[in-house]
Amino acid sequence: MEATATETTAETSIEAVAQATATGTADLDPEAITLDCQAEKIFYGDFLAVRDSHVPIARNQITGFIGPSGCGKSTVLKSINRMNDLIPGFRFMGKVYFHGMDIYDKKVDPVAVRRNIGMVFQQPNPFSMSIYENVAFGLRLNRFKGNMDEKVEKALRGAALWDEVKDKLKNNGLSLSGGQQQRLCIARAIATEPRVLLMDEPCSALDPIATRQIEELMVQLKERFTVAIVTHNMQQAMRVADQTAFFAVDISRGGRTGYLVEMGATKELFANPQEQLTKDYLHGEFS
Amino acid sequence: MSEQASQKNEFHLPNLERQPFEPRALQSIILSTLTFCMAIIACIPLFSVLIMLLYRGGKRITFEVFYALPSTAFDVGGGFGNAIVGTLFMVGIASLISVPFGILAAIYLAELAPESKIATVASFCAKVLSGLPSILAGVFAYAAVVLLMGSYSAWAGGIALAILMVPTVMLTAEEAIKMVPQPMKEAAAGMGCTPAQAMLKIILPVAVPGIITGVVLAVARAAGETAPLLFTALFSDYWLRPNEPTASLAVLIYNYSGMPFPNQIELAWAASLVLVLLVFILNLISRAIGRRKTV
Repeated sequence: MEATATETTAETSIEAVAQATATGTADLDPEAITLDCQAEKIFYGDFLAVRDSHVPIARNQITGFIGPSGCGKSTVLKSINRMNDLIPGFRFMGKVYFHGMDIYDKKVDPVAVRRNIGMVFQQPNPFSMSIYENVAFGLRLNRFKGNMDEKVEKALRGAALWDEVKDKLKNNGLSLSGGQQQRLCIARAIATEPRVLLMDEPCSALDPIATRQIEELMVQLKERFTVAIVTHNMQQAMRVADQTAFFAVDISRGGRTGYLVEMGATKELFANPQEQLTKDYLHGEFS
Repeated sequence: MSEQASQKNEFHLPNLERQPFEPRALQSIILSTLTFCMAIIACIPLFSVLIMLLYRGGKRITFEVFYALPSTAFDVGGGFGNAIVGTLFMVGIASLISVPFGILAAIYLAELAPESKIATVASFCAKVLSGLPSILAGVFAYAAVVLLMGSYSAWAGGIALAILMVPTVMLTAEEAIKMVPQPMKEAAAGMGCTPAQAMLKIILPVAVPGIITGVVLAVARAAGETAPLLFTALFSDYWLRPNEPTASLAVLIYNYSGMPFPNQIELAWAASLVLVLLVFILNLISRAIGRRKTV
């Protein structure tokens, strides 16, 4: 497809990174990397929130971000579609290659980035409009002219919500339960067929049953999308993620700066962590 | 040993009965009664005004008062149709100026640059302005519009009322926009909305009930203002001509209540009742809209 054509141009940079971040990611085929996040430094004002975190995200896989609170995993995730631009004082140093294009390049419009890299948030946040309009929203934004009903149904089916809402598409999205709202948000995000779907602790506000449904959904979604998920829950990462990136907080230089400790195939990382810090965290010695 | 045991068994049941004459119970009763009385007393002015107006003005409310012009001094009959039209026209002008002005300013304050110096200063100014004695708005519009145009006019009246309405509209709209949940705003950005799209498609529709409430309250206040109109629209016994002095309910009440003619005094009472009912209905509308908020 056209994606591969643009990717080959990016190959040089991706290869360079693959070599630079040798820890654990060597088994990732550089060509499969859809999105390559090379965060050197992320600041909020004077506060250095994240440093030295190179996270390649592979196509049609789920990449999990785990780590203790305040380790910057959400910050890194939100940098990938430039959501952090909304926060005053935010500065990103580094590059995020998306199909060979650095999305922090001056020429790049963050709005266009967000239309191609979808996001599901921690709190379910449907718009105060009908279920149908929630899903159609992104399509209308992109001036979609085709069969809207079909697209909406496809997205709702994709989010495993269709059967529950097909008779009440006119109801307000806020009238749904928390788990349904979150799946509605997923439907809204995938309706425009973004290349990448970012999920920032999508289950943290949900009960275990809804969490299970969303997890099953994620595994289905990776067939069509590239998914990156931040999770607080190591078991969740183990259940759904193909690749896992472990972040930790560095308090040695006075601040609380998050950084990537190691990254690798999930099974490998959990069974055989390379770093002592990872071992300690996985064994629950700190959190 | 046995002494100790008997001491242990002597267990006093706590007294759970009401002690209404204990000092702390008395205090509670007295204070509760006091707050209840004050709450009742707070309602007395409104109801006594309403009853008075219904009694004095109610009998003069006929169909005629709504469409007729005021009668001359010693005549009977007549009405204040021109004053109703004048009030509606000037409040309409004021709304046309203050609503877009206030909402656009509120968007800047609440969303675009809430932390900026301009926003802080503007917000402070609006708060001060909302406490501005209304007569000063009249004096200002007199100097800025009446002297410039060379005549009292409905336009000047509308502008004076707009000055009074802007802060109310602006502050309530700002509040309504800030009340839109942050996650919803983030979702809009996350979907790839430009700031303008997020505002028009997501934030404003949710904020609209709150904004309308503010607008209606501002309109209700403006409709009853007298002082600013004395300096700007003055009064007229004829139908509305926007470039000339214009009648309004509030100024009609002020003028006629001081006249020595019973017919005019009756008209003033009737006009008062109409004005109060107008404000009352506007308040009910704003409450109904405010309650419809879904978020």
